[in-house]
Amino acid sequence: MPDDAAALPAPRGLSDAATRRRNYARRYAWFVVPAAVVVVSVIVFPWLFTLYVSAHDWHLGSARRFVGFDNYVKLFGDARFGWAMARTLYYTLLAVVLPMVLGIAAALAFHRKFPLRGLARTVFILPMMATPVAVALVWTLMFHPQLGVLNWLLAQVGIPPSMWVYAADSVIPTLVMVEVWHWTPLVMLLILGGLASLPVDPYEAAKIDGANAWQSFRHITLPLLMPFIVVALIIRTIDALKAFDTIYVITQGGPGQASETINIFLYLQAFAFYNVGYASAVVVVFFAIILALAALLLWTRERVKQT
Amino acid sequence: MDRETLTGAVTTRRALLASALAAPALVETANAQSQFDWKRFRGERIEVTIQLSPRGTLLQQANKEFEDLTGIRCGIEVVPEQQHRQKIIVEYASGRPSFDVAELSLHVNKRQVGKAKWNTDIKPLLADATLTSPEFDFADFGAGMVQYATQADGRMDSCPAFADYFIIYYNKELFAQKNIAVPTTWEEMFEAAKRLADPSKQIYGHVGRGLKNANVVLWSSYLLTTAQRDMINAERQLITDTPDAIWAGEQYKRFLRDVSPPGSIGFNWNECQTTFMQGRAAMWVDGIGFAAPLEDRNRSRVAGKVGYALVPKGPGGHHCALFGAGYGIPEASRKKGPAWYWIQWALSKQNQLKFLTSGAGVPARTSPFSNEQAIASSHFPREFFQTLEGSAKIARAGLPEIVPVTQFRDVIGTALTNTISGADVATELRRATNEFRPILEQSEKDS
Repeated sequence: MPDDAAALPAPRGLSDAATRRRNYARRYAWFVVPAAVVVVSVIVFPWLFTLYVSAHDWHLGSARRFVGFDNYVKLFGDARFGWAMARTLYYTLLAVVLPMVLGIAAALAFHRKFPLRGLARTVFILPMMATPVAVALVWTLMFHPQLGVLNWLLAQVGIPPSMWVYAADSVIPTLVMVEVWHWTPLVMLLILGGLASLPVDPYEAAKIDGANAWQSFRHITLPLLMPFIVVALIIRTIDALKAFDTIYVITQGGPGQASETINIFLYLQAFAFYNVGYASAVVVVFFAIILALAALLLWTRERVKQT
Repeated sequence: MDRETLTGAVTTRRALLASALAAPALVETANAQSQFDWKRFRGERIEVTIQLSPRGTLLQQANKEFEDLTGIRCGIEVVPEQQHRQKIIVEYASGRPSFDVAELSLHVNKRQVGKAKWNTDIKPLLADATLTSPEFDFADFGAGMVQYATQADGRMDSCPAFADYFIIYYNKELFAQKNIAVPTTWEEMFEAAKRLADPSKQIYGHVGRGLKNANVVLWSSYLLTTAQRDMINAERQLITDTPDAIWAGEQYKRFLRDVSPPGSIGFNWNECQTTFMQGRAAMWVDGIGFAAPLEDRNRSRVAGKVGYALVPKGPGGHHCALFGAGYGIPEASRKKGPAWYWIQWALSKQNQLKFLTSGAGVPARTSPFSNEQAIASSHFPREFFQTLEGSAKIARAGLPEIVPVTQFRDVIGTALTNTISGADVATELRRATNEFRPILEQSEKDS
């Protein structure tokens, strides 16, 4: 194929290769247009529109009124929003740390060779394959204080019944329990992949140097696994922050507002109270928080890579 | 063996005999019917969106009957109640709803839809003899339901379809064991609940909604029996922290806290239903629409043992909470004629009778209640129909007719839920009232 680009006169100071690259970009720039249209219409435009709506007092069915930053000012004075944010962070902390610890432990266990290991791994990852809403409905039945199987099981071993999601003080730990059951297998899979890719030489060297199992884990496995752990951490954090379906199906944010996380709060504002302007302001603030958290995690990942 | 027809009526020898005797009347009806052109919109297509419920399912199953009658093709979408309410509002607000007929929860969406004038007024359609079949007989619809579906400005932007009354379901077996009479006042009901409880068997005297939002309708059932009755006054101001409102809150607190199962704080109707169906609660105050699952022998341990009674009297009166649904046609629909045909078919006398006798819904029409033969052949006891008729006479809106009704339920519901945990009723209701008052005032200003 004739190289037309090479035939063009090269601008002063540019090498032939750079000229070819520049002309190539100019000639094929139109190929980006379809992707750009999609990105603009499904990401950029909705975002700009959300920002626009957040500057308005707009209830569905009523006229839209420009209010500037009023929704944001109201948001920061809204105790319910503050509590929802605090609950979200509490829920996220538990729903990240517990699956991470259990997932790493499970990965280390499943990395070892033992009879029926394949079957055990398959069984372990089954919860992850279930649809969240279906999972939530089944757990709801099991949590029923009088008729649920969980309290029946507790009674069989002489433990008094629990109120599970039917009491304000136990609802978030109980919801985290569902989340742990559902998503620990994902962490296990990610870490297991990391373990499979680790080199064997450092372990042999450590063995020769007399390191015990804990020392090998602490000084070799853990540092080498760190990039995988950070990836799992990012995925889990994002998942936990945006948790909605399970909580909504099981408690709808109750009892009272005891499990009303930011997503439930947002949903109520937008789709129950039809307060679209205020809900848009919540989205913007929540997005900024997620962005900050993601930046922190990515920075941590880079630091881990460098060390 | 009985045979189910397309309209769902069961053919029996008795029914055939009755049909033969009614033949002259049928011929007359057929003549009137023949004058009306059901095929006028043949070949058109409409979209209908209704809520997931036994009546929704029946209408969906009988859709072909409508298509055969009119030649109109009809797509029926059935969506769970809560999601349906949200979906239609979002679609209405878009200006181009995808449906030509929508079911409307009058107790939730009526004022919002009316204020925005999203639906067309059906009165001109009713008055048009070329569009309304003489068989439709709108005079057959109960005056209360017609009023419930009519907006403050006189527009009727939905055709009343179904009512839902709060009643007492009680376990006859448990009542008989303790030789207790059906309570007629809240005080009697509380005392009965205490006596009926048997904690050793995990049987409780009462079960009711504790979950925020869902619980407001139970509280309003107590409030409706006070002298105040309502939640907003004639000036459309909030009156939910008055002595009567606090009295109702105290009733709610003691019923849910003292004689209901532990964990009731998180109970919606489905948990209440499960508890009652399993024979673990002696009484349950809730909507009459739950009779069908309670009498289902495959699912319910109390089938055949369920008693039905009017909600008790209170210190200031005797009313039961009323909720309802209607079918409306969006102003933006270009198929108003075919859509109106669908509504006429869906709310025909035959269909409304079928809903009543199958326990799928309480019809807005009055004629089904006077059909002794159909009622006698229903698998529901006569007590059920008597309770229904009695409730219709004392029914009063169970929620205020305001735009932010869901937010009202959320704020007041949270206060009520807190009282189950022991919070002071007066303090909680005052706090909730102060929180919601500016929201209502703003909403009323916008209206």
